[in-house]
Amino acid sequence: MPVTGIDDRIVRTDAAAKARGEAKYACDLSFPDMLYAYMVRSSIPRGTIDSVKVPTLPDGYYFISAEDIPPEGKNELWMIQKDWRCFAEGDVRYVGETIGLLVGPDRNMLKYLLDHLEIKYTEGVPAVTIDDAIACKGGPIVGEDNIHCQLYVEKGKPMSEVFAEADSIFEETIETGFQEHVHLETNAAIVTEEDGHYVFYVSAQCPFYVRKSVAGLLGLNPEDIIVRQTTTGGAFGGKEHFPDVLCGPLLVAEHRIHKPIKLIFDREEDMLYSVKRHPSKVTYKTALDKDGNILGIEGLVYYNCGAYLSSSYVVLQRGVFHANGVYDFPNTYVKGIGVATNTFPSDAFRGFGAPQTLFAIETHLDHIARKFGFDPAEYKSRYFIKQGGETITNGHIVERVMLPEMMKQVVDASDYFRKAKEYGTGSGKGIGISFYNHGGAFTGNGEQAIIKAHARLVKTGGRVRIEVGSTEMGQGFQTALRKIAAATLGISIDQIDYDNPDTSKVCDSGPTAASRSTMIVGRLVQRCGEEMKERWDEGDFSVEKEYEHPEGHPWDQSTFRGDAYLGYGWGCAVVEVEADRLTNEIKVTGIWSSHDIGHAIDELIVHGQINGGIAQSIGYAAMEKMENRNGHFRQSSMSDYVIPTSMEFPEQKWFLVENPYQWGPFGAKGMGELVFNGADAAYIDAVERALGITVRRIPMPPEDIEEALADAQ
Amino acid sequence: MLSKIEFKVNGRNTVFSGNPLTRLIDVLREDLGLTGVKEGCGEGECGACSVIKDGKLVTSCIIPVGAVNGSEIYTIEGIRDTEKGKCLVESFAEGGAVQCGFCIPGMVMAAYALLSENPHPTDEEIRKGISGNICRCTGYDLIVASIRLAADKGGDLWA
Repeated sequence: MPVTGIDDRIVRTDAAAKARGEAKYACDLSFPDMLYAYMVRSSIPRGTIDSVKVPTLPDGYYFISAEDIPPEGKNELWMIQKDWRCFAEGDVRYVGETIGLLVGPDRNMLKYLLDHLEIKYTEGVPAVTIDDAIACKGGPIVGEDNIHCQLYVEKGKPMSEVFAEADSIFEETIETGFQEHVHLETNAAIVTEEDGHYVFYVSAQCPFYVRKSVAGLLGLNPEDIIVRQTTTGGAFGGKEHFPDVLCGPLLVAEHRIHKPIKLIFDREEDMLYSVKRHPSKVTYKTALDKDGNILGIEGLVYYNCGAYLSSSYVVLQRGVFHANGVYDFPNTYVKGIGVATNTFPSDAFRGFGAPQTLFAIETHLDHIARKFGFDPAEYKSRYFIKQGGETITNGHIVERVMLPEMMKQVVDASDYFRKAKEYGTGSGKGIGISFYNHGGAFTGNGEQAIIKAHARLVKTGGRVRIEVGSTEMGQGFQTALRKIAAATLGISIDQIDYDNPDTSKVCDSGPTAASRSTMIVGRLVQRCGEEMKERWDEGDFSVEKEYEHPEGHPWDQSTFRGDAYLGYGWGCAVVEVEADRLTNEIKVTGIWSSHDIGHAIDELIVHGQINGGIAQSIGYAAMEKMENRNGHFRQSSMSDYVIPTSMEFPEQKWFLVENPYQWGPFGAKGMGELVFNGADAAYIDAVERALGITVRRIPMPPEDIEEALADAQ
Repeated sequence: MLSKIEFKVNGRNTVFSGNPLTRLIDVLREDLGLTGVKEGCGEGECGACSVIKDGKLVTSCIIPVGAVNGSEIYTIEGIRDTEKGKCLVESFAEGGAVQCGFCIPGMVMAAYALLSENPHPTDEEIRKGISGNICRCTGYDLIVASIRLAADKGGDLWA
């Protein structure tokens, strides 16, 4: 078999089985004697539960609730904190909060029982928006002030001094809405028992998270529970912590029933009763001199976290650390506040807090540039951070920053400057540009202090098996990692095995999140491979490695000072649009992008990630509207929450720059989230220019554009 | 009300006895074990459950089994080992069309229906042909390119 080189064009290892319909997703699995479960959920956003009246259950049917948690267990899911309850008890805090599970053999009967189960509440006044939360509407949900979490970072002089020196101050507030993941495979999990162990088959990004989160419900240790990831039909962060919310109640049910139990959300449940991207409200107050030069920026970042903390503090940190974009402003002060509301908890979604502030800073800078008569691209490029430049957290950019080269690529390819001049403001045609980045892997020293990832290679004859906890969810990691192993060992990719992880068989490599898998786990596998190659003739053996933190990245997690990330991916996007003056529909006529991801492990996979990330990002800005009225999401199906179809966007033009990352495998760094982080702002910039409007919130579907046009007149 | 419904699935005679309002997707997935047919939305919006009924692409989640009496149905399982099916699967794999894969069997069915009717589609026609099939991962470019590849590679196969 030919040796696989890292730059060889190969075929994804999972593609044929998926295309043939042979890959088994959780919904495709069944077990003898299997029962089905339906969730019983809160129908109100806030209140106390007065009574739960369960109809008479036929033989073989069960209602499972907090009362079924044994005395040695606790009614909590252990995500980052333990505040999210497995079952609501006494009160409910959001629409869709789990109250119980109905379990039994026949789904029609379960639906009948669900329709006849009566819950009586005394309703409270819900806080739904960030403003509601700040005003403590209905009384605080957490603490005395509704604040789940907060932090600030400071660079340079105190902002009071900066504002005193300024010729003018430009202040505006920019808002972003909920975004739903819409992974084509809805959330799904099955629990069963095998050889005296509780076993989960689950569509999940982080199998090790699941066992840690749910074990305490029965007073068990995580190791007592086995989690097997099933082929996962998309995740985008929506299956990072959220599978815990399915698996917790299932475990309690299994403890009582001892039969396989399957819980599958239908699309309506998945839309209404799952985590979303955090809505945000970001206020920038920028000090300027008379020529429009930026002296300093003060930012106040609010994220709507929903009723429970889940991963929101980390999301907020990432939002704050990306609040200055790709720029080196002399003075900044940014405060982030995560507020509690009676909405479904917000959680991880591709970008993990960075897209909201990156959209806000890009749009804010566009507005300043326009006010002073500068082209946004030219204006922004004056502030590009460079290698050695000080970051918003008083750390330094370690790598070479290639933004000028990237900008040149997309500006030339799109003929940006000519079009920017030619298309008059409000002419119906517009071109927009944005710059963005994404810090790779966990914040600060998290990889060292919290995760301590492991990876293992096992050699049997001429074959090598990868044993890591990292998951394939569509991003191509099983192929990329096989390629890294094969190229390191100097063998063919066909000699490498890598199954969906089973927590009882592989080591914990940390979550498949934070764009860390290629960069961190890929490097670990490369190190394992280097040793294995040297010892190749020793017969059958295995090599396991633990993460080693690269030196020269100081970080203080208590003050948030130092190098917030080990390295960054960088991006630049240009979007061109044409507006229909009658319907206000916006047609995207061109998309160009350039990204620095170090070195691409597989260009075809990267190509697909770029296309998908950018489509998702423009969808976020242009069409994906998820409204919440009085605590209830209003969009419940794919016909009213519309995501891009094949007709929406033209074929994308894309570029990569080569900038090998010192500590990544073959020079690679993270890319999965980066490609989501900026096209939204380029799109809105183009729409603003085409229509001569100022946009301060997304999404902006045609009906909202109409409103903005009316405001402009 | 129970009915007896006779139809062909992937070339084999099938008899369904039961409620004619049962969704075709449930009969295919649960009674016949054809799990390549995926349920993405349950309302005919996403195309993951696409099958071919009497030569036309349909979404099996909104078709009651009563409506297929006398029909001929093909699912991914019925076409994947045909020359056309193999050409499509290979092209999707080589062309980088597949990410999470959940939409892909339905997408392959849409491509099959398209190329059977129009062996040399333009990119615009390909985009129209798959416009009823939602993909959240790829942004569609590589799916379009893969269908173009299948049209080129297949050549006479589609004529």
